[in-house]
Amino acid sequence: MKKTADEVAHLVALLFGLTLALLTVLIGFELARSSSLARHRFGWSFLFTQTWDPVANQFGAASFVYGTLVTSAIALLVAVPLGVGAALFLAELAPRRISDALTLMIELLAAVPSVVYGLIGIAVVVPLMREYVQPTLQRIAGSLPLFSGPMFGIGYLTAGLVLAIMVVPFIVSVLREVLLAVPRDQREAALALGATRWESTWRVVLPYARLGVFGAVFLALGRAFGETMAVTMVIGNRPEIAASLFAPGYSMAAVIANEFTEATGDLYVQALIEIGLVLFLLTMVINAFARLLILVTTRRGVSA
Amino acid sequence: MTLDAVTRTSARRRTINVLMLGLTAVCALVAVGALMFILGYLVYQGGSSLSVSFFTNLPTPVGETGGGMANALVGSAKLLVLAASIGIPIGFMAGLYISEFASPTSAFALRYATDLVNGVPSIVIGLFAYTLVVLPMGHFSTLSGGVALAIMMMPVTVRGAEEFLRAVPSSLREASLALGAAKWMTIVRVVVPAASRGILTAIMLGLARVAGETAPLLFTALNNRFWSRGWTEPTASLPVMIFTYAIAPYEDWHRQAWAAALVLLGLVLAANIGARLLVRRGIAAAS
Repeated sequence: MKKTADEVAHLVALLFGLTLALLTVLIGFELARSSSLARHRFGWSFLFTQTWDPVANQFGAASFVYGTLVTSAIALLVAVPLGVGAALFLAELAPRRISDALTLMIELLAAVPSVVYGLIGIAVVVPLMREYVQPTLQRIAGSLPLFSGPMFGIGYLTAGLVLAIMVVPFIVSVLREVLLAVPRDQREAALALGATRWESTWRVVLPYARLGVFGAVFLALGRAFGETMAVTMVIGNRPEIAASLFAPGYSMAAVIANEFTEATGDLYVQALIEIGLVLFLLTMVINAFARLLILVTTRRGVSA
Repeated sequence: MTLDAVTRTSARRRTINVLMLGLTAVCALVAVGALMFILGYLVYQGGSSLSVSFFTNLPTPVGETGGGMANALVGSAKLLVLAASIGIPIGFMAGLYISEFASPTSAFALRYATDLVNGVPSIVIGLFAYTLVVLPMGHFSTLSGGVALAIMMMPVTVRGAEEFLRAVPSSLREASLALGAAKWMTIVRVVVPAASRGILTAIMLGLARVAGETAPLLFTALNNRFWSRGWTEPTASLPVMIFTYAIAPYEDWHRQAWAAALVLLGLVLAANIGARLLVRRGIAAAS
């Protein structure tokens, strides 16, 4: 009697556990099923053609894939040094009290809704980019195609910078955990050999935790790929690839957010769902890799 | 190496040390400064636009100033109730399984799967809820928005519940089992009550996570300029209203977007800080 009741409890809990594990499979399956029309029609060329013409029923996602890659790259270029620096300060340098207080604030930064970032982006970052940042960049490096062309304020660069601020908290909180898992004797050994605080941090602690650092970076990349609202609000929403970072563009998440409710015709809707499928698979692979790296480093630190 | 050279290199090393350490502090300050700026700017912009009518009135037609977001506030509350009533039971039970029943290997696998769900972009969850609920129903609804938010909320609840259940000392479990209680009885009467404060924290963090989500609602709950009756009509929500008003060309709508953003951020941050205080008090009481 007692035993059967326990078995029932076990089974019920298992059922819920499995639901969650199956969720990712189910999401992938549903998206693939609901985009079959578009997938069969365009095949792999969907990813490499730029034409996005709902009127002619021609759909290619290349400009959205490009936009997502470029904005995420800009975001990581800015956020990784900033995040690594901040995490080093919090884990290695700051006294525990100050570190805890600052960590709380940075974690709150992660809780700020995406749409609020977008609002601030439109009201503050866009004018700032148009009036000051973009003219300055053009004066310095205007001969490069990256920084040429008209300056609207919106565009790849602005979206990338807003994204950067949004992913910094993820890098910091994961990296702080990873760094705190580095055994104390590693630091003490370096310091005893006469290394300065910085040398012990840079040459010993960081290399020891390098897998975790990569993990944090990939996790941030996954976030940047999937980020929707803030990017939609500042990227400019133009489905064309442009060489200039000042040009308005589009990202995978943004085109779904903007056009899905207005999409008429099965093929249009399915093409958007296929973009969702691509986005899902990309973030899945990146996250799977990132989580594994982080698990390995924090485990090793604890067991060592 | 002469003594002079040694002094010089060590001076250089010390300079680099101070310089780089200072730089890391600057990085941390930039990140914290960003939060301060967002808070300050929202209070500055939103504070002046916030009024009683914001909380009590419906949106006015385009061109007419005034009006409020009462329907969006109620809509957000309804969406959160739905998300909680679907997401919390599933998330809690899954967390319970990982902590109390699973073997180390399956616990690892489930934790990993949970983290993967956590990483699925919110817009993709929206598409999933669309194909799962909106398509079969044939129209946009509060229900479909609630389902989307519930999925987003689950991973946070699972990991939170699991962590706090696992933190319950095994001596408590053993004492209960030694008294002859069945395992399920031990869980229901001993383990879960001991972890109740932590589980409440996990739930609050889950709600805070989804309260500001916009992307999953765009084509599930859609939007509505009037009251939404029942659970099957489209509904307005604070985040979607902020998005719609922010990209519209009307000055008055922008002001309302700021007010809404201030209210939303206030709620989200309060839930976050509240949850953290709850945990800290819990730890202090236990030790």
